[in-house]
Amino acid sequence: MSQDDEKRLVDMMADMNEEEALALARAMLERGFSPLRVLELCREAMDLVGKRFEKGEYFLPELILAGEMLEQVGAMAKPLIRTAPGAAPQTLGRVLIGTVHGDLHDIGKNIVTFMLDINSFEVKDIGIDVPVEKFIEVIREFKPQVLGLSGFLTLAFESMKETIAAIEAAGLRGDMKIMIGGGQVDERVRAYTGADAFGNNAMAAVALCRNWTGG
Amino acid sequence: MTTTGAALHAERTQRVMEAVALRQPDRVPVGFHTMLWLARYGGITIRELMYGYERTTELGRRALEEFQPDLFAPPHQFATLGPVMEAAGFKQLQWPGHGVGDNQPYQYIDREYMKAEEYDDYLFDPTGFYLSKYMPRVMGAAEGLEELPAMPGFFYMRLVVGTRSFSNPRVAGAFAALKTAGDEAQRLVKHQSAFVEEMEAKGFVVGHGAVSIAPFDLLGDYMRGARGIMTDMYRRKDKMLAAMEKAVVFILRQTIATCKASGSRIIFIPTHWAADGFMSLQQFQTFWWPTFRRLLLGLIEADLIPMPMWEADCTSRLETIADIPRGKAIYWFERTDLVKAKQVLGDIVCLRGNIPASMMTTGTPVEVDAYCRHLIETVGKAGGFILDGSFGIPDESPVENVRAMFAAVRKYSPS
Repeated sequence: MSQDDEKRLVDMMADMNEEEALALARAMLERGFSPLRVLELCREAMDLVGKRFEKGEYFLPELILAGEMLEQVGAMAKPLIRTAPGAAPQTLGRVLIGTVHGDLHDIGKNIVTFMLDINSFEVKDIGIDVPVEKFIEVIREFKPQVLGLSGFLTLAFESMKETIAAIEAAGLRGDMKIMIGGGQVDERVRAYTGADAFGNNAMAAVALCRNWTGG
Repeated sequence: MTTTGAALHAERTQRVMEAVALRQPDRVPVGFHTMLWLARYGGITIRELMYGYERTTELGRRALEEFQPDLFAPPHQFATLGPVMEAAGFKQLQWPGHGVGDNQPYQYIDREYMKAEEYDDYLFDPTGFYLSKYMPRVMGAAEGLEELPAMPGFFYMRLVVGTRSFSNPRVAGAFAALKTAGDEAQRLVKHQSAFVEEMEAKGFVVGHGAVSIAPFDLLGDYMRGARGIMTDMYRRKDKMLAAMEKAVVFILRQTIATCKASGSRIIFIPTHWAADGFMSLQQFQTFWWPTFRRLLLGLIEADLIPMPMWEADCTSRLETIADIPRGKAIYWFERTDLVKAKQVLGDIVCLRGNIPASMMTTGTPVEVDAYCRHLIETVGKAGGFILDGSFGIPDESPVENVRAMFAAVRKYSPS
């Protein structure tokens, strides 16, 4: 039965059957099913969601709903975990992401964060309207292999350029790769800002990060 | 109007209307549509522009006289919003002096302004919901209106005695604050109307008489927020569709009334959630398009010309949005490839756009010139095309690039 339940939970989450998925997760946990295993199943479901997104079957509604299901199951399962979860999971690399200063938009950035996360990257998202100094400070601490700069407004072109120039001036560019995306960003903006690459969507961001980190 | 002004006005109107009717005008018409670019043009800050009715009039006048466009967007409604937003205590935007720097554009704050459980309230009584819940949430000036009673519950003498609610200090305070905001809004409109009247007399043609919105975008952006609307598509599909059915009636009535009172038949409709990346084609056809199509058809039936601005890339939507009467609208595309759009929609609707924002802001006049030439020669072929930026002129565009765009229509003709 429990193997059946496992598969059903993954399918329900991946197929966006939120109510059924939450009811089943609750029932499994009440029956004493391992909360860690439930979280693993959530990740399997998110992998399926990510694959369907990459194939163009899923879009923003599914990513957001999947994220909310994950949060809700997590909130049920995490308090039940008594033992230490053991070694941290292996990641493909560290990615720092944020919306550049002057710009308050975050939908695109959030999708990229979600997709990188479910593709096994360790992502640090430092939000919107991020000052240049903040990027520099976090690059020093977090030492990302990839930096993602997001921006929706046309003013972001200049902010991206300034951010990248300041990172270079601080001697932090090194081997770190910089990708940009959002709104009207294209190859021309990439050249203007001095970024290594630009992407039109979250799949492009995943592909760039995989390529750069050998993942 | 002076004779020259009247003649010029007629000539430009004719040029644009030929394009709308999918015929070949004497040359490709070009639009002048700005949000806050006049600040850059005039060498002032965005804050100064947003608080300067007269500066905006002056800069708008100077720009029209320099560029000689065939259509112009009235600048005040997008630029000089500072005083009225301050008077209204508007909470949905951040603008210079209110959350962003002096040289930054105003930006929308995406939040849940209508809770999921309030769909029923909205569906039962949209006006009551707006007055007593929505308006106080988004405008400080309307705070207090939540104490208004449900008026349709009153009758006969009870209705008369029910007027005591209007002497409730919080309600009365809201009306007083709204009056102050309204006075400021009147000032904005007065400046804009005077500008439009002056420019039309000089032969310029106002580019739109009203701004409207897709029912999905109204509900998504201004009420439920991004997270809310996306999850509603799964969690409360029926209520969401019903709310859009309600909204489209209000939007249509309001848009038609505004546009009929103006001197233009064109309605500018920026779209927000129609783009390829946001939802599947099937979701677009279920949730987004049906009520939007009703809006377009309702406007066309009222003898108006809807002009949706299809934001971002809408390539996968082209076949679907082709389903409107021929020669009655303008489709302005931001990032959709216009050559592709022309193949699908060329026989149905006039196209407008779309010099990339990246080129307008970071490119050179030579590049802008070449790009305009390409659009004019390919998309302009057989008519039905208006040249413009991808979303008008980006706030940061150097003036040389803008000059190159306006010069191009006078240099090149469809091949």
